[in-house]
Amino acid sequence: MPVDASLAGRTFPPTAPYTVTEERVREFAAATGSSYDGGPAPVTFPIVVAFGAMTALMEDPDVGISLHRVVHGEQRFTYTRPVTVGDELSAALTVDTLRQIGGADIIGTRSEITDAEGKPVCTAFATLVHRADEGGTP
Amino acid sequence: MQTGDTLPEQTFTVTRADLVRYAGASGDRNPIHWSERVATSVGLPGVIAHGMFIMALAARSLDTWAGAPGKVRELSCKFTKPVVGPDDDRWVAVRVAGTVTQVTDDAVHISLEVTCGDEKVLGAPKAVLLG
Repeated sequence: MPVDASLAGRTFPPTAPYTVTEERVREFAAATGSSYDGGPAPVTFPIVVAFGAMTALMEDPDVGISLHRVVHGEQRFTYTRPVTVGDELSAALTVDTLRQIGGADIIGTRSEITDAEGKPVCTAFATLVHRADEGGTP
Repeated sequence: MQTGDTLPEQTFTVTRADLVRYAGASGDRNPIHWSERVATSVGLPGVIAHGMFIMALAARSLDTWAGAPGKVRELSCKFTKPVVGPDDDRWVAVRVAGTVTQVTDDAVHISLEVTCGDEKVLGAPKAVLLG
């Protein structure tokens, strides 16, 4: 079933502030085979905050997305500054584009990630591909 | 870095355990990254690595080439070919290579090539570093 066509252009409320702790950064660095000993967080760490916003989109029952049918098509980050420990980050997601190709929904999202003062930190653009239901159940 | 420079290739290994760990650390608990049953039910070849996990490996390479973290101003790619995470004691190798495409007063543009076996797994991966 295709997702709700009125999704295009919709902006979701900002996510609850996410406090960047040293433990979370260490855990993320370790999970990507690296280590953390202070300074800027790993380059792709902001996906944790953006993913919070994407999860809210994907779990919204009115939108009609099944998580297990979603694959990540494309990702782009633009950074105003690196993320550091102590940041309180929030992501506001907008659905920029929505297209259907071969029964799949191609959902272009933009998450503006800001700090506690509302200043921009990073923009995460994610294209989500919601694959067609082929009749199988997971 | 100068335009045309080839950056030293880096190799990373990916195991099923890495994917479970990444799911926990990133908050992406989509079952296609840990359940064979769910992954194959939606037409995937098996449990696939998070695209963002592979992108994180590319990002680590950028930090290494830059000589310090915190230099990346832009990073983008398409997830064109899934990396299948084997469910045994084996691993797959992901290789990251890079070429400097442009150097300006304040930026270094890098084109990446990220491969698994003989196949490119990311489409048009590229980055801009603070010069």
